[in-house]
Amino acid sequence: MAIMAMGAQGAASYLINAQKLYTGVDAQPLEPGAVLIEDGLIRAVGPQLPAPPHATVLQAKVVTAGLFDPQGALGVAEVPGEQATVDNVAHTGRLGAALDVSLGYNPRSVAVAVNRIEGLTAMQLAPGMDGGSILAGMGAVVQFNQKPLLRRPSALFVTLGEQGASRAQGSRAMGLTILREALEDARDLSANRLAYDSGQRRHYALARPDLEALVAVLGGIIPLVVRVDRAADMEHLLDVLKPFGVRLVISGASEAHLVASRLAAEQVRVLLDPLQNLPISFDTLAARLDQPALLARAGVRFAFTIAESHNARNLRQSAGNAVAHGLSWMDGLRAITIRGAELAGIDHLLGSLEPGKLAHVVLWDGDPLEVASSAQQVFLSGVPIPMTSRQTMLARRYAAFYSNRQMKQPAYLP
Amino acid sequence: MHPTSTWASLPLLLFLTMTGCHPDDQKKEAVIFAQDPYPSTYQRPAASPVLLQHAAIYFGNGGFIEQGFVLLQAGKIAYVGSRKPRLPAQTQVVEAKGRYVTPGLIDPHSHLGDYPSPEVEAHQDGNEMSDPNTAQVRAEHGIWPQDPGFRLAREGGVTTLAVLPGSANLFGGWTAVLKNVPARTVQGMKFPGAGAGMKMACGENPKRVYGRRKQLPMTRMGNMAGFREALVQAQGYVQRWQRWQQTTSHGGNEQPPERNLKLESLGRMLQGEMAAQVHCYRADEMAQMLDLAQEFGFRIAAFHHATEAYKVADLLARRDVCAVVWADWWGFKLESWDGIRENAALLQVQGACVALHSDDPHGIQRLNQEMTKAWAAGQRLGLAVTKAQALAWVTLHPARVLGIAQQTGSLEEGKMADVVLWSGDPFSVYSLVDQVYIDGALVHARTGAHAASDFELGTVVEMGAP
Repeated sequence: MAIMAMGAQGAASYLINAQKLYTGVDAQPLEPGAVLIEDGLIRAVGPQLPAPPHATVLQAKVVTAGLFDPQGALGVAEVPGEQATVDNVAHTGRLGAALDVSLGYNPRSVAVAVNRIEGLTAMQLAPGMDGGSILAGMGAVVQFNQKPLLRRPSALFVTLGEQGASRAQGSRAMGLTILREALEDARDLSANRLAYDSGQRRHYALARPDLEALVAVLGGIIPLVVRVDRAADMEHLLDVLKPFGVRLVISGASEAHLVASRLAAEQVRVLLDPLQNLPISFDTLAARLDQPALLARAGVRFAFTIAESHNARNLRQSAGNAVAHGLSWMDGLRAITIRGAELAGIDHLLGSLEPGKLAHVVLWDGDPLEVASSAQQVFLSGVPIPMTSRQTMLARRYAAFYSNRQMKQPAYLP
Repeated sequence: MHPTSTWASLPLLLFLTMTGCHPDDQKKEAVIFAQDPYPSTYQRPAASPVLLQHAAIYFGNGGFIEQGFVLLQAGKIAYVGSRKPRLPAQTQVVEAKGRYVTPGLIDPHSHLGDYPSPEVEAHQDGNEMSDPNTAQVRAEHGIWPQDPGFRLAREGGVTTLAVLPGSANLFGGWTAVLKNVPARTVQGMKFPGAGAGMKMACGENPKRVYGRRKQLPMTRMGNMAGFREALVQAQGYVQRWQRWQQTTSHGGNEQPPERNLKLESLGRMLQGEMAAQVHCYRADEMAQMLDLAQEFGFRIAAFHHATEAYKVADLLARRDVCAVVWADWWGFKLESWDGIRENAALLQVQGACVALHSDDPHGIQRLNQEMTKAWAAGQRLGLAVTKAQALAWVTLHPARVLGIAQQTGSLEEGKMADVVLWSGDPFSVYSLVDQVYIDGALVHARTGAHAASDFELGTVVEMGAP
């Protein structure tokens, strides 16, 4: 169902009638449901909507909001195996926390197009974990069109546990100490800016750009996302962070279900890949496939992410598996839409089908959590995107070659 | 296929004239250098007969019936079809109405056991990165049977898997085919009668690993030269032994040539006793490797990873070489840049043999979902592949890759009773593995206890929910 944008981009309006429409906030789908898109925004959602005279009317089986991955690297790591194309990692050097991944983002990335035609419309870009410092850098939220930047910075990413230890003199305990020192220095800086600027303040371990990144965390303006898997590490982290009043998100979180009641009580959000069920390290011995169901039962809020961003499109497979292992279907959908948006502080703009939000809308040919289903049309801020990528072009080129016996080779020449 | 010992003075070095395993069924004079000194000790567990009744059945060979019966008896598929068979005494009947039965899934490319969980330093036993040619090492000597990944793969329906050495080297060593049963020893898992393959690797990995050390191979040119130099040496080695064999059989009394495990391993491949399993992403390199195989007269069973196999699907079909691919991995390194989801389906419709693999301890738990993604991508492109055909990508075709298609990989009478009972259609993400049988014995039941490996005992996951 490829459709072309009508008239000026963003000015067109579309009415989409769906057999099933999931707003992402309501407990039940609308059957049928309709969403009206105007000027790039969602204007109205309801069981039935009158078609404005100028609107293009579309039919769909299932409609949801665009999918959102709250921790990814599309457009900042084009070929992860080729270091020259990887810009979300700051290797050992002067600065760490100050890394602003949005400054490395390329909206024309081939990997962006591959993923957005499968319903992924936005992402929180995250620094990689394999940098030189436990303070990995600042994330940003982008949407997958040519006006990408939605929020910067959106979070500060820190690596602790086993991964952090190798960046903290070999000890996970030292990782927590370095984090505490950084937060104390940032607090001192924010309370004594004039003194600092005139050289009247004690020495800080970090440079000013790093400390500024931490200041935003102290005020709760952006969350602190800590990559950590072992339950014991999470408890130590909560203890260390207590005096600082930060908004904590735990990422990785393989053993989060072991401390679920404390996470729920302290309103810590969790970011996880639900398919990581192996004791791949001694930090993840308790990993299990039904973890999302356990967290939901304990009242912990979580969103899903995909470790390999080139296949962030597989978010819905992750959600499907979580549902197969006990999570409710609606919580599965939320974990790949609104929950991630909340966690990245962008839920006022996207993550659900609600009037006033950006029109990130996906028309599916079936249950979006089924791996056999696919996106028929994706809207990005109200614009129907071309449903092609380098991959669909390769597939068509070779399919045409095989189906045309006259061709001696694929259509390399015009 | 194991020769019996007749050579009193050299118990390990046996020479027989035998029918080789060459695909063209050529009667090839094969030199067998040695009996397997590490033979399988796998024993089929005792089990009473089992009837799975009223299930929808994917046969694994392209067949499907909406409702039927599968009888497992004495380790074999005793019956499969639409009519209820006569039941032997003490048959346990499993009512499977609304559920699905498939052959046990087969992963032709795994590193379970040789890169086990947890992935600590002490467990790095998959890549002998000390020389670009380590043809003499065997994956089975690096496999830890207590890897928790075996259990999780079993719970995903995997009954047979190949464990390969890694891809750092041009010649990585011997592959191993395992029955996915809990065992104390690797020998206790070795698939009886399954031959080993020779792992080879083209492309980025060997040239990266050794190029950094400023040694050959540093380039793709070096890769090919490295293959050829080693194979020339192996040819000479085989000739030396053949000459000695002739002399000896004519009553000569010469000392045998000195034994060289590396050249002997390559010699086995040149003699058709082992097929090559080649890690190769790019289409142009696959074509080079096919020429290499012809130059030296060895057989390539499959190209693994093969993200660009769809570009040479016709060539692979013509040369009868399988492509072992992922559903959708791509772009993580440059040689995987052109990976597409339609790869498997394009290969299938060109008549090439295609199998799916995991190469990953997570993916191996969900091979049916990889199958579904690859099949669905083909549907969207308008490629005529049925679900039943796609099911062969994770059953009969990988069995063919591993040379065990006569014994397992499809539900056919007389084959090993390696069977999975699914809660629903395996093409749905919501379907779970209810039961797994290996040689007719129940090795996993979703409602039962986990068959925890020793490593898992006493850890939190084994101690139950929080």
